[in-house]
Amino acid sequence: MASTGAIAMRAPVSRAARERRETRDVFYVRLLVVLAIVAIWEGISWSGLFFGDVVPSLLKIIPALFKLLMNPVFWANLQITLIEAAASLAIGAVTGIVVGILLGSSRFFGAAFEPYVYYLSPTPRIILFPIMIMWFGVGISSKIALGALSSFFAIALSTAAGMRQIDRVLIRVGRSFRATPWQMATKIYLPAMRLPVLTGIRLGLGNALITCLLAETKLSNQGLGFMIMQIYTRFDMPTLYALLIIVFFIAGACNAVIGMLSRSTK
Amino acid sequence: MASRKTPLVATHWFPLTVGALTFVAIGVIFEYLLRADILNRYIIPLPSDVLAAFERIVVEEGVLTRTGVSAFEVLTAGIACIVVGVPLGVLLYRFDIVRRALEDWIAALAAAPIVLAFPLFLVLFGRGSTTVIVIAFTYGLAPVVLKTLEGLIETRRVLINVGKSLNMSEMQMFWKILFPSAIPSIFTGIRLSWTFCVIAVIGVEFLVNLGGLGQLINDLAERYDMPGTYAGIGFVILVSVIFFIILEWIEKWLQPAR
Repeated sequence: MASTGAIAMRAPVSRAARERRETRDVFYVRLLVVLAIVAIWEGISWSGLFFGDVVPSLLKIIPALFKLLMNPVFWANLQITLIEAAASLAIGAVTGIVVGILLGSSRFFGAAFEPYVYYLSPTPRIILFPIMIMWFGVGISSKIALGALSSFFAIALSTAAGMRQIDRVLIRVGRSFRATPWQMATKIYLPAMRLPVLTGIRLGLGNALITCLLAETKLSNQGLGFMIMQIYTRFDMPTLYALLIIVFFIAGACNAVIGMLSRSTK
Repeated sequence: MASRKTPLVATHWFPLTVGALTFVAIGVIFEYLLRADILNRYIIPLPSDVLAAFERIVVEEGVLTRTGVSAFEVLTAGIACIVVGVPLGVLLYRFDIVRRALEDWIAALAAAPIVLAFPLFLVLFGRGSTTVIVIAFTYGLAPVVLKTLEGLIETRRVLINVGKSLNMSEMQMFWKILFPSAIPSIFTGIRLSWTFCVIAVIGVEFLVNLGGLGQLINDLAERYDMPGTYAGIGFVILVSVIFFIILEWIEKWLQPAR
């Protein structure tokens, strides 16, 4: 009896210790991977395998990163890109949610139009850029239009899917209170499906951001995509790497923020 | 009245026909608005001209050869994703500590705007098919790894226990139990990955004016051949949609019967 008690008392301690050890091991593995990547990178850089500066040493990339962050031009371009992405997302989200509610609330609409939305959603959107330039000009409007289009599909599809998984009881409650369509949307549908909608918005934001950036690399005179092409034309590789690191970081941060938002509304 | 109407709406073909007719109607409306000079023909071509241009882009622009070029790039990148991604997924499954360390990082890679790094790849691999394939490969790798891992992890306990009770070796366990049970999930990964590959290949071809279908659209747009551009875009969308439908069909076929 006494020995059982001793085991029972020891067990949680050893589990905690094991978890601590595993966390530590995870940390070591990550450290090892990072060190290995840095070592391989520096190895390639110093080996002269590639043409000079194609794979610049981290000793060149890190100063370039700081120089870039100190450069007001970078911040101005960042602002343009973020405005484009935000406007794209706003337009894409509003139209996507409206269309999603329509597709999800009526079985007929869903059957008639959702297959088109579904199969068009993974097609490469950037090829529509020439049309957007014709319609909206070479300024930021054409990027916003293309970004809105690419965020629309993800948001519409997840809103429609979200509509279908709403508890029927909630809808009946709304109906029995004689809620207007607007009230149904704002009081019943949207609160009940905030998770799928937020998932759609997270995907949509990613799509909008990348599409705006790609469109900027194709034809524009401002924004981070434009800046990438300018740096590429100058063959300033350390700065190009630095800028790409920043852009990847921004994309990751946007993703994480909306991920946190959807976790906190659970 | 209601009893007559409901079956028609509930059929499979009726809503699809209505959907298709809606698009035809939109085309007809645009045709009318353009012919009546309410919309500008220099910005939006006549839908009838666009339809006529389909023949032209097939005959004059070598669309089929270009489709071949793009398809080759997609398939090469896609197969490379499988060859590298599946073993990586197995590796992550086998070594739990590596999985816990790297799974989130691979998921982050899946969401990263890799295509944007195309100037970098151009410098590293030159202006050619290799660059397009490498970008598509990098973009499409993560889904295969993650879905392989997911499939292996979600192998039903019962199946593993059967293997254990038969005293299987680790190799037998993998080839007879774990891998077959993970195949549907692995194919979901492949479908996602190949979809990413299509987006990357056509996107990069368009952006850097290189190779197959993406370049065609760029060419036509730069020549200001509006009906041709619209027809080209329509053709690319059509081809990719058919490709997705085939992938999805194979995926459904591989799903275990429920």
